[in-house]
Formats: sequence, structure tokens, C-alpha cells
Amino acid sequence: MDQKAKAAALFKDNLQNFLFVLPAFSIFCIFYIYPFYKMINLSFYDWRGIGPMHFIGFSNYQELMGDRLWWNSIGHAGYITLIALTFQNALAFALALACDREIRMKRFYRLVFFIPPVLSEVVVGLIWNWILNPETQNGQYIGLLNHFLYASGFPQLVHNWLGDPKTALTTIAIVNSWKGFGWGFIIMLAGLQTIDKQLYEAAKIDGAGAWKTFTNVTIPMMLPVILVVVILTILGCMQVFVLILAMVNEGLVHHTDVPVTRIFSAMQNTNRFGYACAQAVIFGMILVSVSFISKKLSDKAKQV
Amino acid sequence: MRNLGIICFSLILIVLAGCSQPPKPSNKIILWHWMTDRNDTFQKLAQEYQQQTGVEVNIQLFAPSDAYSQKVIAAAQANVLPDIYGVLDKKSIVADFIKAGLVTDLTGAMDADGGQWKNSLFDKALADKSFEAGNIYGVTPGIYGVPIDVTNEQMLYNKRLLAKAGIKTPPQTFDEFVRDAQALKRVGITPFVSGWGELWLLDCFASNYAFNIMGEDKIFATFRGQVKYTDPDWIKVFSIFAQLRDKGVFIDGIVTKGNKYAEQDFALERAAFAFNGSWCVNVYHDMNPNLDYGVIPPPPISTAYPLKIWGSAGSSFVVNGQSPNKDKAIAFLKWLTAQDQQVVLARETNNLPSNKQALVDVSPILKDFAKGMDQSTHPNIWPLNEDPSVSEAFDKGIQDIIIGDKTPLQVAQEVQQAKDLQRSRGSI
Repeated sequence: MDQKAKAAALFKDNLQNFLFVLPAFSIFCIFYIYPFYKMINLSFYDWRGIGPMHFIGFSNYQELMGDRLWWNSIGHAGYITLIALTFQNALAFALALACDREIRMKRFYRLVFFIPPVLSEVVVGLIWNWILNPETQNGQYIGLLNHFLYASGFPQLVHNWLGDPKTALTTIAIVNSWKGFGWGFIIMLAGLQTIDKQLYEAAKIDGAGAWKTFTNVTIPMMLPVILVVVILTILGCMQVFVLILAMVNEGLVHHTDVPVTRIFSAMQNTNRFGYACAQAVIFGMILVSVSFISKKLSDKAKQV
Repeated sequence: MRNLGIICFSLILIVLAGCSQPPKPSNKIILWHWMTDRNDTFQKLAQEYQQQTGVEVNIQLFAPSDAYSQKVIAAAQANVLPDIYGVLDKKSIVADFIKAGLVTDLTGAMDADGGQWKNSLFDKALADKSFEAGNIYGVTPGIYGVPIDVTNEQMLYNKRLLAKAGIKTPPQTFDEFVRDAQALKRVGITPFVSGWGELWLLDCFASNYAFNIMGEDKIFATFRGQVKYTDPDWIKVFSIFAQLRDKGVFIDGIVTKGNKYAEQDFALERAAFAFNGSWCVNVYHDMNPNLDYGVIPPPPISTAYPLKIWGSAGSSFVVNGQSPNKDKAIAFLKWLTAQDQQVVLARETNNLPSNKQALVDVSPILKDFAKGMDQSTHPNIWPLNEDPSVSEAFDKGIQDIIIGDKTPLQVAQEVQQAKDLQRSRGSI
């Protein structure tokens, strides 16, 4: 085969390969790359969603740097994430450990623990709204929680949980943890089941007690899984939105604002699409940074 | 090589299929709406219209209204709007749609036959999508929308609960309202509920009293930046909420309550007074057909200026400025707002009709609501509106007062700061 024919065959092969990849590549470009580019591009404009766009350079970003409500909302999301990282994941780990043992009805428990995550956030929000309802009718508390507290002799604990700035965010964070712990539970349970049982037997032969086995076998073997759960928890909780909307509507003033509700508000209430895009860019950068740091820590932990 | 040819040909077909063709006139018009409760009636009327005229009207529902609003904006950007649609946004956004050529000027059609169509509709409902000469939006003066129904927001009172507290007539003044609220509390009844988790409803109540305390000239002067929000009259407006809070008038959790929940509270007799729109007649009927209630404007706090309520077109449709079926779309809207069709809509959906002649056939409570149209106003018919960021600070500030986090003076100062910030940005 001469050089020309070889080159033609190679070109044909490459073209064929390229054509096969083209549909997937086009979809990726149209639905991921282009919107991403457009969002960054729009963040440099003053635009109300329709009509003329005015290029304003970094003005949106400058304003965002001094936007107290925006930074508070990041703090609120951080608080919800912190509660999830501690309370939610500790609960998930404890329940996964319990279900990993030979206990009765463990399949039933697995099913029950996985119900909250598969429920829609709107449904969860509405259910908890009813549980936390602070109102009374004919002298009876309508909300299940206040009714229970009152009936069991703790009337001093009856409270407007979502209407008080001191308790609203924590209440939302706990409901968010209730909804989310099932994911961590399933992943950790799967992780626990991959640990070689011989390691436990070896520890037992070496005279290790339950606590020593837990700290020297279970925890080190589970570390990569725990770090995955931590990263997923951070990314999931920082973007919490629907649950808040379902529980407190447009928010308890600004006490329950999180970044996504601020972005939504900028687009929906004030029609500032450019500013909303600038918020989205900064928020995206924060999430990428957090993921990057978590990944580095994860790699380091694996080496240890 | 044959395979390669087939692949290339398929790709070309896919690309060509994606290219948009200019729409051609047809005997079918498409209407997008967001009104779940009216969809069945719209569909029925569309079928009737097709039987009468041979023109098919394809009614497409996209709910809820927030999602609808975003869909319309996205469709406008992609230039794929239907023949008839609604712009649910602020007047400034409506103006942007008009300036982009996406809305037809209906003035000619309205004025035809001696203005027969225009005169059949409530003026204030028409004003919702009308632009006067010299408007601040730079829009050519004209009528750009067709109101399908009208709404206004007023105070509802539960007759049975008021009687239980020994109250014989609903309050006529703000002081009487506060006194009645105390009487209700004494017998264990929650005085007042509203869906103030939705900022617009709270804004509506506050602006009713702003009109009553300082009159519209001063309100618009504030929007223009000539009067500060720290003015004593504005402090009086903010103080209303502090006073009602201190007297325990509000239901618990009012600032996070969606209007659907508030409607449920009033319908199930958990509160004696409510602040809601005229669509509530339909909602309350579904929730509690035996509910015995009446309607009054919010009781005025001052005699200085008349208290104005919000009232305007409940829902309006516009005709796509780029539709090849403009004439057919206009003819359908004219038919839809004629007396017979409006009577059907009012009867089946319990909404106030936009056609004045259709009022004869509505329930007594809707007739009471309709009386309020005489003293109504609406942000969509004001010569100018407050900057949305300032409005957000205003409404959130009132929520802060209600939960006891801030004083009226603090809120007034913060709203003024938001105003100053927007002025310095040059957006006002």
C-alpha cells in the first residue's frame, strides 16, 4: 500500500471515530459547556432576562463582595452542612454498624432507614411543617411535636420552631439531616460489608476488645468511605434549597437564607439575571474549592 | 465508506431538522396559561369556539405560575412564544416584551365599533397591561393585554367566630379592628391570618395603609427618592405591624406561612380575620362549603387620605407580536371576554369576571368583592414602581418587625440604606 492510500485509510478511520464521538460530544457541549460559558458571560452584564444587556465588567462581583446577605447565606449553608457532617453522619455510621451485625429484622431496618432519602424534599418539608405547626385550635396544639410536648408535661418546651430566628435554621438543619442520613447509612453499610472478616478474627486472636477493634480495624478500613460520604454531604447540604422553600416559603426574613435561595431571589424577585449568575459563579468556585480540599485530605488519609 | 455516507447524511438531516422555519398562518392557535383551576373551563370554551368558528384553540397549561413565568422568558429568548400567552412579571418586564416586538398593540381592536370591546371591560383591569403617553418605560402608548378576570385583595371575616366573641358588626376603623382582635383573643380565637411568607401579599397590606396615611403623591415621591423612608409617615406604616404584633393579633408563624396554608387556616375557622384575594371564594368553597364569611376593605387607620386596596386584572393574555395568526388570536380573546363566556368562567371558577356585564350572574360575596374595585389601585397601573431590591428590603423589614427582631425605625433606616445603595448604583 502506498503512502497516499495509507494516509487516506487513516483519515477515514479517524473521521469515522470522530463521527461516532460527535453526538456525545455535541450533547456535552450544548448542555454543559455552553450553559457554563453563558453563565460566566452573563455575570458581566446587567440584564433583566429580556431586553437589552449592558456590559458592566466586574461590577456584579464587586457588589457581591460587599453583599452582607449573600455571605450570611453562605454561613447558614455552612451551619446546615456542619450539623449534617456531625449529627447526620454520626447517626448514619452508628446505624450502619448496628445493621452490619447479626440482628433480627435487619433487612426491615435497612428499608426503613432508606425511606427519608427517597421521599421528595417537598413532601418532607410539608410533613415537617405539619409536625412543627405552632398553631392551636380549640385549645389543642395542631402540630404533632408541640402537642406531644404539651401532653407529656413539658409545656415550657412548646415553641414556634420555624418562626423563631433562634431555632429556625437549626430546625431546618435537623430536618435536612433526617432526610439525608439514609444515603450515608447505605454507603457506610456497603463499606462495612467489604471489610475482610479475617481482620476482625486476627484482632480477636491478638486480644483486642470491641473498642480497640473499632478504632484500629473498622475506622482505618472505613476511612475512604467516610471521606466519600463527607464530600457528598458537603456538596449536597451546601446546595439545600427545595426543603427550605417547602418549610419556610421565601424564608424567615433572612435568617434561613442559603446561597441557592439568594440566587433564586435575584432572578425571581429582583430580575437581576447578571447578579444571579455572578452569585452562581462564586458559589460554584466555593464548592469546587471545598471538593478539592476534601479530595486532597482524602488522598492524604489513604496514604496514612 | 457507505456507512460513513449514511452517518454524514443522518447528521445533516438532524442539523436541518433543528433549523427553525418561519411560522406560517394556520387555522390553529396556541395559548399558554398557568391557571390550573380554570383549565377545564378553558378547554370546554375552546371546543365551543371551534364548533362556532372552525378555528382550533390549543390550550396548554404550564403550572405553577413561577415555572410558567420562567418558561415564557426562556421562550421569548428563543423566539418560540405561542400565539397567546401571559406575562406574569412586573410592568418593566412587560415593557421589555413589548419593545422586543413580542406583544401586539391591541388599541385598534379595542377601539373598533365605537370602543365596544374596551368599554365592556373594567378600566382598572385594562390598565394592567396599558401604557399611557409619556410612560417611564418608553413604550408606545396603547392597550397590550386582555384581562380574563379581575381580582382584588381585601379583609375577610368569619361571621360565626365574630359572633362567638360578641362582635356584631365587622370593624370600620383600625382601632375597632384592634379592639375586636382583643375580644377574639379573650375567647381563645386567633384574630388574624394571612400568607405573609409570600412577600407580595405583605407588600399589598402595607401599601394599603401607606396610601391611607400619606396619599399616593408622597408614595411616588418616595419612589423617586424625594422623600425618605425615615419620614414619620413611613414610620407610622411600619409601626402598624409593631402594634398588631404587640397586641397578639397575628397567627403564630405568619411570616413563614404560604397563602395556601393561610387559606386553610381561615377556611377551617382557625382564625377570625384573613387578608386575601378574591380568588379565595373558590378556595374556601372547596375547603369548607359551609363557611359563613364576609368581606371588607382593611379598616382605615387615618382619615387623611382614602385607603386604597390592590385590584387589577387577575390574569391577562397578550397576543404574540410575531404570530402569523394575530387576527385569529385577537378574535378568540374578544370572544372569550364577551358576556356569555365571562358568565361561564365566573360561574365555574368563582372568579370576578373582567366583563362588567357578566357581574349580574355572580355570587353575593363576589359582588361584595367587586364593590372594592372602585377604591382599587395596583403597582401595574402606577406611573412608577419602587426598585425590586428596595421592595425586598421593605417587605423583609416588615417581617423583621413582626418577629420582634427590629423596630420600625431600624427597618426604616435599613430600607433607606437599600434605596441609597440603588441610587448610587444608578439603577433608580
